Amino acid sequence: MYAQMVKADGKGVKSREEMDAEERAFQDKIDRDVKIEPKDWMPEAYRKTLIRQISQHAHSEIVGQLPEGNWITRAPTLERKAILLAKVQDEAGHGLYLYCAAETLGVSRDDLLDQLHSGKAKYSSIFNYPTLNWADIGAIGWLVDGAAIMNQVPLQRTSYGPYSRAMIRICKEESFHQRQGYDLITKMAQGTKEQKAMAQDAMNRFWRPSLMMFGPSDKDSVHSAQSMAWKIKINTNDELRQKFVDQTVPQAEYLGLEIPDPDLEWNEERQSYDYGEINWDEFYQVISGNGPCNKERLGARVKAWEDGEWFRDALTAHADKKAAKKKKQQQDAA
Amino acid sequence: MSKEWPLWEIFIRGQHGMSHRHVGSLHAPDAEMAIHNARDVYTRRNEGVSIWVVEAKNISASAPSEKGPLFDPSNDKVYRHPTFFDIPEEVGAM
Ligand SMILES: [Fe+2]
Ligand SMILES: [Fe+2]
Repeated sequence: MYAQMVKADGKGVKSREEMDAEERAFQDKIDRDVKIEPKDWMPEAYRKTLIRQISQHAHSEIVGQLPEGNWITRAPTLERKAILLAKVQDEAGHGLYLYCAAETLGVSRDDLLDQLHSGKAKYSSIFNYPTLNWADIGAIGWLVDGAAIMNQVPLQRTSYGPYSRAMIRICKEESFHQRQGYDLITKMAQGTKEQKAMAQDAMNRFWRPSLMMFGPSDKDSVHSAQSMAWKIKINTNDELRQKFVDQTVPQAEYLGLEIPDPDLEWNEERQSYDYGEINWDEFYQVISGNGPCNKERLGARVKAWEDGEWFRDALTAHADKKAAKKKKQQQDAA
Repeated sequence: MSKEWPLWEIFIRGQHGMSHRHVGSLHAPDAEMAIHNARDVYTRRNEGVSIWVVEAKNISASAPSEKGPLFDPSNDKVYRHPTFFDIPEEVGAM
């Protein structure tokens, strides 16, 4: 997902007997769906795992602006440009909501950004693919935001209060993202032959990377049990992936777009679609820095941060000067 | 030394007649910029008619350990709730 590879701290799920009194009270609260708030006692492993998960999610929102930002100046109409700007601005907002939630766990914003810029922190693999034609912007809203919604909706019920509240805000805004994408790709799919070919091309390139967004298959997803006991993960990766496939296939059929998977087939018994094996080697390559655009994306983030330094410093200097002036005026008046 | 901008807690009045509610936080160099940023971060869809910003370090909060001493005493004062009293039906709404 936006947080695809969160390593959970701790040594597996403890039984109630193994827990001390504090841990048991904590787990009881979670089991009763009582939210954990920043100042409440929490196991160190819960805190660390959450920082990792929320910051991965935040970094994904921030880096996720880049592939779409690539098309803002080239949007075909003023209306599409305004819509895309608003969508990308929302993603910046999502990143900020999530950074704030992570900061309530005692990590500083500077540290979080440092981890992103140094390459230490991960972000979603999906944003390391290029946006080559205008229909890609439709495919991203429809498929990428669609996959994100699948994961984010259940996370509204997550156990950590600030994270849950950030997810609620985010989910309110995501529906616009997916709909504008589907609307865009519908226009393309129903347009000229060339436009339809562009829509299909976008589908061909984004389908499998979108499925990878849900993270490794359950049999390789080693940290799930603890995260689920803590309710910072609500569904398994494969559950959500299947839900996404089942939801999306009819939407593609409506558009007359083909899903680039020869093994895709309705399974009457399961009342679900079967789909082909995912290239996990590609996934691990992309998430560990070797995707088509990893260097470009991280380079753009670092450049923005470094180029903005003089401006951040100037605003601080201005604020200090104003505060000093105000203090002097108060002293003079006294 | 960290040059991080200070953290501000943001409160928004959603509609006229409602009180301000905490919506989240953000970093900004000063109060004026915090209000500007809050507008972009928290009111992109008409969510507010007024913004308060408070530097996070100026907020004092009760500790979770005080929950008992602070809030338990109100638990045993059931007579503070109107339903504690039986009013005869004959006298009408009260
Ligand atoms: Fe988002
Ligand atoms: Fe989105």
